[in-house]
Amino acid sequence: MWGRGGERRAPRVASPSAGMGEFKVHRVRFFNYVPSGIRCVAYNNQSNRLAVSRTDGTVEIYNLSANYFQEKFFPGHESRATEALCWANGQRLFSAGLNGEIIEYDLQALNIKYAMDAFGGPIWSMAASPNGSQLLVSKQLLVGCEDGSVKLFQITPDKIQFERNFDRQKSRILSLSWHPAGTHIAAGSIDYISVFDVKSGSAIHKMLVDRQYMGVSKRKCIIWGVAFLSDGTVISVDSAGKVQFWDSATGTLVKNHLIANADVQSIAISDQEDSFVVGTAEGTVFHFQLVSVTSNSSEKRWVRTKPFQHHTHDVRAVAHSPIALISGGTDTHLVIRPLMEKVEVKNYDAALRKITFPHRRLVSCAKKKQLLLFQFAHHLELWRLGSTVATGKNGDTLPLSKNADHLLHLKTKGPENIICSCISPCGSWIAYSTASRFFLYRLNYDHDNINLQRVSKMPAFLRSALQILFSEDSAKLFVASNQGSLHVIRLLEGSFKHLHTFQPQSGTVESMCLLAVSPDGNWLAASGTSAGVHVYNVKQLKLHCTVPAYNFPVTALAIAPNTNNLVIAHSDQQVFEYSIPDKQYTQWSRTIQKQGFHHLWLQRDTPITHISFHPKRPMHILLHDAYMFCIIDKSLPLPNDKTLLYNPLPPTNESDIIRRRTAHAFKISKKYKPLLFMDLLDERTLVAVERPLDDIIAQLPPPIKKKKFGT
Amino acid sequence: MAALEEGFTLTAVPLGSGPDGPLGVEQSDKTDQFLVTDSGRTVILYKVSDQKPLGSWSVKQGQIITCPAVCNFQTGEYIVVHDNKVLRIWSNEDVNLDKVFKATLSAEVYRIHSIQGTEPLVLFKEGAIRGLEALLAEPQQKIETVISDEEVIKWTKFFMVFRHPVLIFITEKHGNYFAYVQKFNSRILSKYTLLLGQEEKSAAQSFSASVYRKFISLMSLSSDGCVYETLIPIHPSDPEKNQKIVRSLLLKSVVSGSARSGVALTILDQDHVAVLGPPLSASKECLSIWNTKFQTLQASKELPQGTSGQLWYHGENLFMLHGKFLTVIPYKCEVSSLAGALGKLKHSQDPDIHAMTHFVNWETSQGYGLGSENSEQSKRIPNQFTEFQLRRRKIEASVQPEVPPSTQLLAAVQKDSEKHIEVELRKFLAVKRTPDFHTIIGDVVIGLLGRYKAEPSFYPRNCLMQLIQTCVLSYSLCPGLMEFALEKTDVQILQLCLQQFPDIPESVTCACLKIFLSIGDDSLQETDINMESVSDYTAIIQDGEIEEQTEILQNGFNPEEDNCENCAQELTEKPQAAAEESTSCPVTGKRAALLNAILHSAYSETFLLPHLKDIPAQHITLFLQYLYFLYLKCSENATMTLPGIHPPTLNQIMDWICLLLDANFTVVVMLPEAKRLLLSLYKFVKSQISICSELNKIEVSFRELQKLNQEKTNRELYSIEVLELF
Repeated sequence: MWGRGGERRAPRVASPSAGMGEFKVHRVRFFNYVPSGIRCVAYNNQSNRLAVSRTDGTVEIYNLSANYFQEKFFPGHESRATEALCWANGQRLFSAGLNGEIIEYDLQALNIKYAMDAFGGPIWSMAASPNGSQLLVSKQLLVGCEDGSVKLFQITPDKIQFERNFDRQKSRILSLSWHPAGTHIAAGSIDYISVFDVKSGSAIHKMLVDRQYMGVSKRKCIIWGVAFLSDGTVISVDSAGKVQFWDSATGTLVKNHLIANADVQSIAISDQEDSFVVGTAEGTVFHFQLVSVTSNSSEKRWVRTKPFQHHTHDVRAVAHSPIALISGGTDTHLVIRPLMEKVEVKNYDAALRKITFPHRRLVSCAKKKQLLLFQFAHHLELWRLGSTVATGKNGDTLPLSKNADHLLHLKTKGPENIICSCISPCGSWIAYSTASRFFLYRLNYDHDNINLQRVSKMPAFLRSALQILFSEDSAKLFVASNQGSLHVIRLLEGSFKHLHTFQPQSGTVESMCLLAVSPDGNWLAASGTSAGVHVYNVKQLKLHCTVPAYNFPVTALAIAPNTNNLVIAHSDQQVFEYSIPDKQYTQWSRTIQKQGFHHLWLQRDTPITHISFHPKRPMHILLHDAYMFCIIDKSLPLPNDKTLLYNPLPPTNESDIIRRRTAHAFKISKKYKPLLFMDLLDERTLVAVERPLDDIIAQLPPPIKKKKFGT
Repeated sequence: MAALEEGFTLTAVPLGSGPDGPLGVEQSDKTDQFLVTDSGRTVILYKVSDQKPLGSWSVKQGQIITCPAVCNFQTGEYIVVHDNKVLRIWSNEDVNLDKVFKATLSAEVYRIHSIQGTEPLVLFKEGAIRGLEALLAEPQQKIETVISDEEVIKWTKFFMVFRHPVLIFITEKHGNYFAYVQKFNSRILSKYTLLLGQEEKSAAQSFSASVYRKFISLMSLSSDGCVYETLIPIHPSDPEKNQKIVRSLLLKSVVSGSARSGVALTILDQDHVAVLGPPLSASKECLSIWNTKFQTLQASKELPQGTSGQLWYHGENLFMLHGKFLTVIPYKCEVSSLAGALGKLKHSQDPDIHAMTHFVNWETSQGYGLGSENSEQSKRIPNQFTEFQLRRRKIEASVQPEVPPSTQLLAAVQKDSEKHIEVELRKFLAVKRTPDFHTIIGDVVIGLLGRYKAEPSFYPRNCLMQLIQTCVLSYSLCPGLMEFALEKTDVQILQLCLQQFPDIPESVTCACLKIFLSIGDDSLQETDINMESVSDYTAIIQDGEIEEQTEILQNGFNPEEDNCENCAQELTEKPQAAAEESTSCPVTGKRAALLNAILHSAYSETFLLPHLKDIPAQHITLFLQYLYFLYLKCSENATMTLPGIHPPTLNQIMDWICLLLDANFTVVVMLPEAKRLLLSLYKFVKSQISICSELNKIEVSFRELQKLNQEKTNRELYSIEVLELF
């Protein structure tokens, strides 16, 4: 149909019967990456986004409408342990932590807007005034501090402003909740819950919590969470394993549920106030629902309905979206458990999700030198892959003639986490960035010795980068800064020269998070979190075109050699191929869009994080997510929903091999998982970086021990 | 789910066209760029995403464009016809239309068609068709007349069918419609007469066509407001003959029948059509997307300023005149599933959603609450269908049941004979299950019980059994059922209920237990009880059943032996007897099956305990003996399970033993016949405790072993492997 449009079809090198061929796979498991535990989660109903803070201070934003894609993140900071996280005034995100500061995040520029000391010692809790409250003219933010004070802040359009203190309590305020009308608040402390009148700021009730735990009096009972309902009920969860219902008007205990032998650490209530979720230190999440006592009766009662055990460790934080229960904790998983009765159609929302790994690359690779650069929160590791001279058949493990070497351990200076890092394809440059500094190193290899030299005097504009990329010939460095601009830098032996800065489109402040450069160095593609992909001409230093915006964020980008086709993967698992020279989607892309992807392909629940190409086979695209990697052979027919997308069984005979090779375009392997990185080193060699979950669990603190035998 | 997005006007300045609206909107060779021809003298090239014109060309004053400009996709040039006969071809660079290539033709042109992948075609008003190349080679060539006098071309469309161009045009003569299909690979022109069927009076107002497999699906919007579909074969069996084709009703009353003008129809994809025109009730004009597969309205947008009754679609945009502005409304049609088609209607009958209902819904699964809501819901869906009066005629007959079987069944329950009810019930059960199935079943049971109360001679046992076996009933759905069975001591129904109901109150469970323990063996003999759960050890029971049992009772009933040491001694003295005792079941097979049903039922200790106290001591002993027997059977094998299908589990047995002892300890302790039992239980518990403590001790060692094992498999941090992809 679009035949005349100028599709540049590359000559076919390999006939399909020659197959994908064999690969030697460097199976790397020494990337000792351990995600930080989850400390807080906050769900924003308006934008259907979830903010997650981790124990290292990292804050991540997940877009629940875009297939739970982690679309933004704010790097952590050693001194900035977040204890509370909340959305306020619509879409503004605040966090507070043990350093006593309240921080607002800039969700467009992806940096910290400001940090403000609350002067109350470490902050344990925070709550924003409810939406739609009649009494309040503007929005307010409450923080609960170590010194027992509850501080009220006014949210102004660009900052927050301290307004007043509530009556000081005698011990730290660990949890806070507003009455939905905004007239009262409940504050959980140690051994008691206070109810404050917002207008006067005085405590009107003090509800003492029973310290007894299974008949034994514990030292203290910590109120980990409170929730204030519109009817005046306060629900509290505490360290004695209790979920308690209080009447805030009289200050009396109404109901008590003992649900755990350990602490109940978190609570979240649905907007309709008909269900809530609590998380315990035993890793269990309980769902409570307001259910009619008998059919037809209007009398309703809170009933513990469903327990879920998706965590091994403490569930530090829970959230309640309209259709799902969200929990996270020390075991680093973010678990999204859909409420089946709320999910009407069987789609992404109906599946249980466990998000463990970040949706971005932490590994970069210097193909020629066979080097891998691993990014950790506070250091980088450089490894050289080993080698073998042996050959073998499918499934063999080859004897190593040389093992992998740990070449370098590069520790960052300062308390900030690394945002991004990259090693040049030639292996002689390493660049990384933290929130305030950009570092560039020159590496000299002298046999087995490595000489590391920092390139000093980085220009002032190079302060913080969201993404760094070297050109294929390692002569240019591309840096996406958080102001939306893209810097092009020429690298010379030991120094550099700033060539150009692509300024963001007027009127946009969105930061670019993903970069791709064409192997010939002529084209640079950059994508932000929501707008389309911009393609720049690096030779002429101007914007070449913009790929039409798509509903779902881009998860990976790459430009194919020779054809300069830009391959874009989106979080809804769609893959597009766009011809940069022709400024239009390629015929193949149109065909696959017309026919649609295989339903199993679309049902995968981790995003594609890396795309690469075979140097000799222009029809092949290699892409991977956390649980599979796939080589798409564009010359083969596309699978339809009736064909078997993935056949885990080895082929039985010669004709089966040929039949499978020619069956359809998607060649999938699930052998390596969880897969953090995969790339082609050369025509016949792949590198796969795996991070087995058991290795992560082994590095976590031991969970609460439960007796297995007897009671 | 199809959706109309927010539209935008393409021109800030009103189009200089009259009330007739523009002549046409055509795609250019660049994506996102469209040629808009107004009915006067101007052709404008717009870039839609930018909402701005890229170029504009006009013919001279006095000349008038008679056919919308199109783009020749092979050369990138634009073609327009003015004054019916004068053809102009120009490219983007040209400024003045006067100075561009001109060809005067010998006949009047109706339309020029151009689509990607083939040369443009010129359709003359007389029905002749020429390729552009051939025509330009000899512009003055004679053009033949294809259609008869007074026959007027109403509508035309050009497709590619398997890479071959096919042109269809519709003509009208005295209210009769004809379709002509010209295929260019074979140069065959086929003529069809469109029969309007019964709706003689209605005149077709708008057409749209798409290719569907081997047919051209021609849809027409008639003046009665309905959409009709006509299937025209692409490869007719006898192309020469004038064939008659019948249209069938596709959608009823999508626009108001009284709307004389301003209606238009466009096929968007296989299942969706866009309709422009005033809907039934409202007088304002509307743009709506209908799903033809499920006959539902998917999206609708009001156009208060009126339209010209023209609708074009290209790619994902719908173009229409809204007031005086050319408006673009992007739309989206997703693959139609029933769930999507029903759109906002909840609880649609999609199979996927059905699967979802297996999850316990705490908010609605409570008996009536869900029931009434659901049945309303399911009634509402057909109502909505009739409301819109959109029923595909072909399927109309088959989907019109006079009375739903459920209502028939409920009526039958009230008055008919037992036999008749059974027949109705079977009929009802044969029909596919609706979401409100279980409430209907509940209603039927309540109806049956109500009737039994009114006329005690009426005992619909078979019906009840059948109803219970539908597996959808619960205690709360038919509260009277088990009381009724208890009253009748119908152990068979009780067993079924215990097996099926998830929510039996403990008092009822206990009442069942009492009956099961007290009912005479002879009356049990006659009943037909499901013996699945006792399959294997029935054989043993058959051997020495009752004698053994009495023997045990006699053994136990020995007033002299009333201290524990003696009892223990006796046990050691008579290992033979003990062994024998362990292999013989204290109750008959049928009773065992009933008791197993009790063991399987759910309960809560606190509520069950008080009721257990009411059971007479000898029944308690019997039950304990049976439980102990089961326990011994369990411990015979390593997996600690009983043979057979769905036997009681060890946990259930142990829990019940504990429960019985807790409830009746004081009584049991005083009973001499229970002494032996208690002693062996005591020994058993003691051994269990020691096992558990030992297990707890070695658990740490186990874990270390496991860790070592894991490390061995995960030792390899780096390896090079060979992988072949197939």
